[in-house]
Amino acid sequence: MSTTTRGFSGRRRQRTDGRLPPGQYDVGDAFPVLSAGPTPRVDLGTWDLTVQGQVDHVARWTWEDFTALPHEDITVDLHCVTAWSKFDTRWRGVSLDTLLEGISPGGSFVSAFCDGGYTTNLPLADLTGGRAWAVDGYGGAPLEPVHGGPVRLLVPHLYLWKSAKWLRGIAVTEHDEPGFWERFGYHGYGDPWREQRYAGG
Amino acid sequence: MTSIDTPDRRLDGNALAGPLLELFTIDLSAAMATCVHCDGTAPLGEQQLYADAPALVLRCRDCTGVLLRYSADSHSTGIATVRADLSGLRLLVAHVPAAGASR
Ligand SMILES: [Zn+2]
Repeated sequence: MSTTTRGFSGRRRQRTDGRLPPGQYDVGDAFPVLSAGPTPRVDLGTWDLTVQGQVDHVARWTWEDFTALPHEDITVDLHCVTAWSKFDTRWRGVSLDTLLEGISPGGSFVSAFCDGGYTTNLPLADLTGGRAWAVDGYGGAPLEPVHGGPVRLLVPHLYLWKSAKWLRGIAVTEHDEPGFWERFGYHGYGDPWREQRYAGG
Repeated sequence: MTSIDTPDRRLDGNALAGPLLELFTIDLSAAMATCVHCDGTAPLGEQQLYADAPALVLRCRDCTGVLLRYSADSHSTGIATVRADLSGLRLLVAHVPAAGASR
């Protein structure tokens, strides 16, 4: 029997500095594009980003609002569930702490939702404490559509499928609601250091 | 929202026929697939396949809704785990050799 998809066991370039999670390989300068569907064409005139769901009020930013929010530069390592890791990637974006400031959450989970219909679920706590961003820049340039532009979620301490491309909002949920890949059997949390690829192994 | 046409990232569904043979006993390229989202019907081989993802994702050529997701991961034990989500297929119609039919 052959492997029809990329497979989860890398055997290529390795690192010895303790920054490579188990089962991963260093992809080097490449930045593989994974796409499970067509790349959305986004009209920035009608684009918005919202925090909604189990909250006391919906927070909404237009593109103009979003670009005016305080941005920070972020350098992080990425770990994709298909076994590649990419080191010292440079992003620019808005901390989720800024976007979630002042909300009164009625639940402890979120569903990130996107143009194209993609969703992924995370604990709300993982979006706070300077560990998650809504990014609109990569490598000193505006974030390209193939990499999730105009805005994608960046949660580098979890597998990259949690860093949803083409982000349109965060819905606070009372219960953990499996997203696109989680409903296919992917792990609900996705910690690369514990190799949480599939639910139940 | 519309989509940027990215034909370089999209294959036709015929590329799915080989992998599906790990699970099904016949080539399903010609099988008529009906989309659960829009009721659109076309041969499986003429739907749209996205292969640059953690799993193979077949989408409806009419509405781009997901028809099926499929992956096979080989383990060092020589066993592969096949995973198939067929929830986007409302109906699949195929013509196969009848059991016991004389040839
Ligand atoms: Zn359809």
